[in-house]
Order: sequence, then structure tokens, then C-alpha cells
Amino acid sequence: MALLELKKVTKVYQIGTVAVHALRGIDLTVEKNEYLSVMGPSGSGKSTLMNVIGCLDTPTSGTYILDGKTVHNDEKKAAENSTNGMLSDDDLAYVRNQKIGFVFQTFNLLPRITALHNVELPLIYAGFHKKERIEMAKEALRKVNLIDRMHHQPNELSGGQRQRVAIARALVNNPSIILADEPTGNLDSKTSQEIMQLLDELQAAGNTIVLVTHETDIANHAHRVVHFLDGLIASDEQTLKGKG
Amino acid sequence: MNIREVLTSSLDSIRQNKLRSFLTLLGVVIGVFSIIGVMTAINVLQSSVETNLNILGTNTFFIQKYPAVQIGGGHNWKYRNRKNLTYSDYLQLKDSFSGPATITAEDWHGGDPIKFKDNQTKNNVGIQGVTPEWEFSSGYFIQSGRMISRTDMEQMRNVAVIGQDVIDVLMPLYDPIGQTITIRGVKFSVIGTLERKGSIFGQSEDNVVIIPLTTHMKMFANRWSSLGYAIAVMDMSKFDDVRDEIVFHLRLIRNVPLTAENDFEIVSNSSLIDTFNQITGAIKIAALLISSIALLAAGIGIMNIMLVSVTERTREIGIRKSIGAKKRDIMNQFLFEAIFLTEIGAVIGIVLGIVVGNLLPVTMKVDGVFPLDWALIGIIVCSAIGIVFGTYPAVKAARLDPIEALRYE
Repeated sequence: MALLELKKVTKVYQIGTVAVHALRGIDLTVEKNEYLSVMGPSGSGKSTLMNVIGCLDTPTSGTYILDGKTVHNDEKKAAENSTNGMLSDDDLAYVRNQKIGFVFQTFNLLPRITALHNVELPLIYAGFHKKERIEMAKEALRKVNLIDRMHHQPNELSGGQRQRVAIARALVNNPSIILADEPTGNLDSKTSQEIMQLLDELQAAGNTIVLVTHETDIANHAHRVVHFLDGLIASDEQTLKGKG
Repeated sequence: MNIREVLTSSLDSIRQNKLRSFLTLLGVVIGVFSIIGVMTAINVLQSSVETNLNILGTNTFFIQKYPAVQIGGGHNWKYRNRKNLTYSDYLQLKDSFSGPATITAEDWHGGDPIKFKDNQTKNNVGIQGVTPEWEFSSGYFIQSGRMISRTDMEQMRNVAVIGQDVIDVLMPLYDPIGQTITIRGVKFSVIGTLERKGSIFGQSEDNVVIIPLTTHMKMFANRWSSLGYAIAVMDMSKFDDVRDEIVFHLRLIRNVPLTAENDFEIVSNSSLIDTFNQITGAIKIAALLISSIALLAAGIGIMNIMLVSVTERTREIGIRKSIGAKKRDIMNQFLFEAIFLTEIGAVIGIVLGIVVGNLLPVTMKVDGVFPLDWALIGIIVCSAIGIVFGTYPAVKAARLDPIEALRYE
């Protein structure tokens, strides 16, 4: 079974009296350990897709199944005339916590706490005990090669190091999928290469990665590239790497 | 997310915004401080009143023209228009009353310095004219020499019994008995000294000169002088009977019509304590009102600052939500922060209040108190304020849309 399955997913935003169709019926499956890039001009719907996949937002219609869990199913919803086909806010939070690891363009670390504490945060919400948490957070920081900086605050770290902390935070709870939204957008090209290398290694180690970018050479790190245009998938093809 | 994590993160955020947190909890501090300070001071006063109000001796009550303490204005004429309590009233009362009590008449004035050789007291000495029964109603004891006698009274002798403070100032190195002191140019011979009695409310009880009432009346009385009668009851179980009988006789002597109220005041320990409690009760209510308003303002301040904090930390909320924080987690975080702020304010306010409230007993040389009940009430009320005024900002934070929040700059 596919790790991630989207069927006829639409998303309509109501802005004033105007309905904006951000997604117009997306079908997409991502297998376990796949390495997928999503490309497209701004306004093409790729950010909305990431929000839907990341359970920050729910589709207007369609079906979304993540790792065997039905996040949204409007057939079921219509049939049972209940909220059964939809997860509650708290359930969505739980899915985000357990199955998703976000990596953002702007890192999104909490500024006044240490790297270690930042990495610990998802585990706090998952309900781990402090001792366990610290072990797991250290392990994640080791994976991104930042264990020697664990007591530094984000403002004492370089951009690349901050993004590594963010990646460690995404990894720490062993998520089903890592969602990286323009992870190199705020980094210089050398650091970008280092971060991409790290993501490549993580994928090689068995993680599933979905990457949003508008840079072709970044996108080409993935094995498969999906192009978005006007809320629809315009193309879906293997990269050179994917063809192996 | 367990409670400890919530507490830690709340404390962290308070620590990270020291100045703002401090200013916010200042309101709470002032509110709690005012109530605890006033309550502590009143408790101190009350406990010292209850222990010290043997000013009169427990078995003694007073009859006088004016009430011991007058609350509010407007009644003054009622008291002023009363007939003075006179020496002849006193003599008639003594003749007609035969119960188990001694009746003393006394008058008092201050403002005259006492002179002895080259020494002179300040003009704060209480000069008291008394009848011989004073010995039984006053609570003073003779240290050396003798009390005012009936003969002293009858012959209006210029004799005096003096307190220890007066001795300390005038003649610390002399044997006071037989010395001659001068009051308003008239010579008095010292016939006795009083044992030290100490002080009440910081006021020394030993700064007194006792002379025969008749002498006092001759030298110092004017048309406003009204005597006081001190009635010392021998048998405490007869206290109320004696009081009623005295009132009955005095009304007859002073021709008070049957339906009119007494034209004199009865002052006893319990009536003094009642009066005192009336005053402190009013102060307590005032303090309660003021601090309620202060705490209400403080609560609004806390709500305001928490709303600012929620806006300021919108992005943090987005981040926390994106990594799995539930609504309840965010809500708890902000609610506990508000409660913590008020609690810290409460503790500081309580400590300050108790310290300042206890400055009074230090200056009055009485025991300090710790108003545990008010401290607990303070803590509980502040928790309630934190909850009431912290809920709305916390709910607002919990309801933020994660996508909007993450995008917030």
C-alpha cells in the first residue's frame, strides 16, 4: 500500500466573495522511501498541497490517506453524514506529531531555547519523559552532525546549522514522511548543497521525503519530480537519479 | 504534554520577558500588598488591643460625658449639651449605691510641665485628680509612700503621687518621697510613687502625676470640666447588675426623664473593643474595596499583556502546532503563564504586605502577626484572577490557524 494517497483532492479558499481554487482535483501517490520534488510557479498550488499533506489544512473534497490512516474522505463523510470521514483538530495535531516532520524555508526554530530543546519539542507533545526525550533528541542531533552545538541557541548558529537543527527536529519522532518546503531557500549555494546532501543521506537511510522547490538543481536531488500549474499536476516524471 | 512541561515553559517565557512581566505583576503586587498590609496592621492592633485593653482593668467600667471614641461627625452637639458630671453627682451616687463595687471620680488635664529644682518635664505629663478609691479601679500599684487619702481630699492638700517616667526626668538620683515639685507655680509635696505599668500603643502609662480630685478641681477646673466615674466591680458575676444599678441611680440624680436616653456614656473594655472593631471593620471594608479595584485593574492589565504576548508569539504558536501541539497544549501554556504572573505578584504582595504591616508592631513594641488566612485568600483570589483574565487570550492563542500563524511576521 502506498504511504500517501491523494484522490481527486480539491481545495477552495473563499476570499471575500471570490472562490479561489487552489487545488482542482489532485491524484498523487507516494510510496515508502520515495524521494519526490514538487515544482511550480507561485500560486500554482504547491504550498496548499504541502499544507494538506502536512495535515495543517484539510481538503475541500477528495480523499487523503496517510500511512493507512484516513485523514479525509468526503465520500465517507457524505455517506455517514457525520464528521467520521474527517479528523478533528486534535487528531490532526496528533498526526502531525507522529507521522510528519516539517522542514521550513525559514527554519522556524523557537529563538530563545537551545538546539537540544528545540529538537525535544515534538517529543514533549508526544508525551515522552524527560530522560527519554533528551536521549532521542541527542540521537537526532548526532544524525545531522550537530551534537557539539546542542546547547547553543538558534541565534548563535549559522543558517545551515539552524536548518540542520530543524531537520533533526523533523526526524526525532521517526515520522512517516519528511516535508521540506523550500529548505534551501534562505541558504547560500554551498550550504544548500550540504543540506541537500543530508536529505539525500536520510532518504538513503530509509526516510520518505517530499520536497517543494523552484530550483531545478535542488529538485533534481529527488527521484521523481511533479510539476504544478494552476492547481493541477502538469507533469509527473522520474529524474535521471530516479531512472538510476 | 504534562503539567511540569507546561510550568517550565510558562516560567521560561516569564523569565524571557522580565521587564514586561514585572510591570504586569506590579498591579497584582499593589492590590495584594494593600489588602495584606492593612489586614496585618489591623490584626496587630486587634491583638494588642485585646491584650492591652486592661487600660480600665477587666472589672472596671467608666461613666463619662463623651463617648470614648466618636465615629463620624454630627453628634457632637448632643454630647456637648449634656450636663457635666459633677462632684456632687458623684457624692450622691456614692450615697445611694450600695452594691459590691467602688466608685472613683477623677479628672484629668495635660499641658503643664512639672518642675523640680532645675529640672522640668515636657508638657506631656498627664495630671490626674482622683478620689481615694482610685487605688482599686486604676490598675496602678503603689511602689513607695502612700496613695491619696480621704484627708488629702477633704483638706484639698497639695500632695502628689508620681509615675516612674516623671521620676526619671525630674529626680533620678533622689528618693522622691518628701520632695517638692511645682505645677503651674504651685508647690506639691510627693507622698508616693507608682510602680511602672508600661505602655499601650506606644503611649507610656507612667508619665503621670496623681493629685487629690478636690485639689485638681480647685486649681484646674473650668466650666467645661466634667468628671469621669470609674466603677470597679468586686464580683465579676455581678458586673451587669452593678452597671444597671449605677445607671438607674445616676438617672435619678441627674433627673433624666423615664423615656429619654442616658445623658452620659458607659465605657467598658467590651464597649471599647466593640467600638474598636467597628472602626477596624470599616477600615477592612475600605481596604477590601480598594484592593478589589486594584486587582480588577491588574487583571485587565494581565489580559492586555497576554493578548500582546499571543500576538507577538503567533509564529511560535504556529511552530508548536505544526509539530503536534494540540489546542489544549497551547491553551494551557498561556493560561498557566497568566496564573503564574498573578501568583508571583501575589507572593511578592503578601511578603511586602506582611513586612510593612508588621512595621507597626515593631514601633509599638507588640508581637508581630502572620495573617495566614488573608495570605491564603490572596493566593486563591489571584489564581482566580489569572484564570478569569487569562482564559480569553489563551483561547485566542489555541484557536489560531496553524498556517496563518506560521506565515505571521
